[in-house]
Amino acid sequence: MPVAVQLASRDGRAVHPAASADDPLAVQGLTVSYGEKPALFSIDATVPPGRMAAIIGPNGAGKSTLLKAVLGIVPALSGTVTVFGVPLAKSRHRITYVPQRASVDWDFPTRVIDVVLMGLYRELGLLHLVRRHHREKALACLDRVGMADFAGRQIGQLSGGQQQRVFLARALAQNADLYLLDEPFAGVDAATEKAIIDVLKSLKAEKRTVVCVHHDLATVADYFDHVLLINVRKIAEGPVATTFTADNLQAAYGGRLATAHIDQLKLPVI
Amino acid sequence: MGDEFVQLSLTPLAIGVLAAVACALPGNFLILRRQALIGDAISHVVLPGIVVAFLITGKISTWPMMLGAAGASIVAVVLIEMIKRLGRIEPGAAMGVTFTSLFAAGVFLLEQSDTSSVHLDVEHALYGNLESLIWLSADGWGSLLDPQALADLPPELFRMTVVTLLIAVLTALFWRPLKLSTFDEGFASTLGIPTATLSFGLVGAAAIAAVAAFDAVGSIIVIAMFICPPAAARLMTNRLEAQVAWSIAFAAVSAVLGYVIAGYGPLWLGGTDAVSAAGMIATVSGMILGLTCLFAPHRSRIGVPPGSEQS
Repeated sequence: MPVAVQLASRDGRAVHPAASADDPLAVQGLTVSYGEKPALFSIDATVPPGRMAAIIGPNGAGKSTLLKAVLGIVPALSGTVTVFGVPLAKSRHRITYVPQRASVDWDFPTRVIDVVLMGLYRELGLLHLVRRHHREKALACLDRVGMADFAGRQIGQLSGGQQQRVFLARALAQNADLYLLDEPFAGVDAATEKAIIDVLKSLKAEKRTVVCVHHDLATVADYFDHVLLINVRKIAEGPVATTFTADNLQAAYGGRLATAHIDQLKLPVI
Repeated sequence: MGDEFVQLSLTPLAIGVLAAVACALPGNFLILRRQALIGDAISHVVLPGIVVAFLITGKISTWPMMLGAAGASIVAVVLIEMIKRLGRIEPGAAMGVTFTSLFAAGVFLLEQSDTSSVHLDVEHALYGNLESLIWLSADGWGSLLDPQALADLPPELFRMTVVTLLIAVLTALFWRPLKLSTFDEGFASTLGIPTATLSFGLVGAAAIAAVAAFDAVGSIIVIAMFICPPAAARLMTNRLEAQVAWSIAFAAVSAVLGYVIAGYGPLWLGGTDAVSAAGMIATVSGMILGLTCLFAPHRSRIGVPPGSEQS
């Protein structure tokens, strides 16, 4: 099946193979519109298991919208989304979402540990009681992103990078098989970027699947092994080695990406 | 604190405290969701609802008026949503347009219709009649154990107790999903939490509190209690659990202090007449907010711009 994906992406046609039940994420004909203009038009995409996938494209390409539509946060006009071969409603326990850091009010009166405990919401039972093992699990997740010392802090006291790590810890607490992250590296310090990519790579080592909306073209080849290029429509999808090419980037970004800039990228040699 | 207190002050005090707490509870969440104005909107639109109910039934009775008020709240919420979507304007403006128009329509209807014979006027709508909710058949603390006297308690007390309990139980029951979806609605929906239903339920609970409190104490106190105690409480703590506890305390203190100052303050100053209890309760809650702005431990957040929204 990845071969079919490669073939489809190489000649640039919107041909899409039927999704297999193993695929963590399969999207077909997804169209989303906020007003009269579509934000996403007829997107077909498949993420094979165990991959680190990047969704890239220019500003306004619909990258965040794609994640939100997959998760049912924004309604789709048409199209189907299957997660591990079943509709989202039946696979919520296998999927987790790390929204953009700026999408919430960090002045909200709560502590770091409480945010991580939100990831355990589905485990809390009818009365939503937080028990000791929940607390320990949340602390372990904070430790994994290097934030265990901050458990009792008010979230408003965190730096941007620390906020991002807390969001990642909340996702880890869900113990999901598919991770959808919206710009996890946006506006974070170098130490946080390293901490996050280390965690994501460890998730991949555990055979979990990671999908990131990503904006830094310079790190795509280092961080990811699968890429989805979109600009309202799908431009290309497939392994980084064959898909993250100057031609595809030019097609996605148009004149907005100077040729000189493309030359500086560590593009895979075909 | 004797027999006269039980007869004249106990029930208005209890009703005032219950009304304040019933509004302050949902107010906490409305403020954090930047929807504080919805309480304001609902407390205004109950006026036209009540007037229309009176014009249809021709008498002042509780249930038609409560239904009229509830109906008007639903009309207002639908109108706000429609204006927001069709006009593509921000929610605050949609609320402002809706509730001022509906309130104006209520005043207009009231002036044009023959309501002079009944106790229904703009002043009543704004200030309520807390002072008149007395327990006539009480003759001392012993009346609390006298079934005959208890049967004569003002019905507002019973209604307000039921509504406050209902809202407290709902808040406790939906605490976690409510907190989660208030903090991060997108993430909450990925957990399968029905965020839209929850949001509508919160506004519904606020509407129930507003209608019940309006009936007992008028709309001024309702507006103040949705916003002042929770806003002051936010400045006292950085934890939502503690914030809600503080807001209940502030609401209760406002009600008690406001009632006492309204009744006795002018006498202490050498005057002869009492002032409006509802107005004084709202004033005290505003003063508490002012004091917390100046002295509360977490007041530094004032003036911090809200996080910029990105899509």
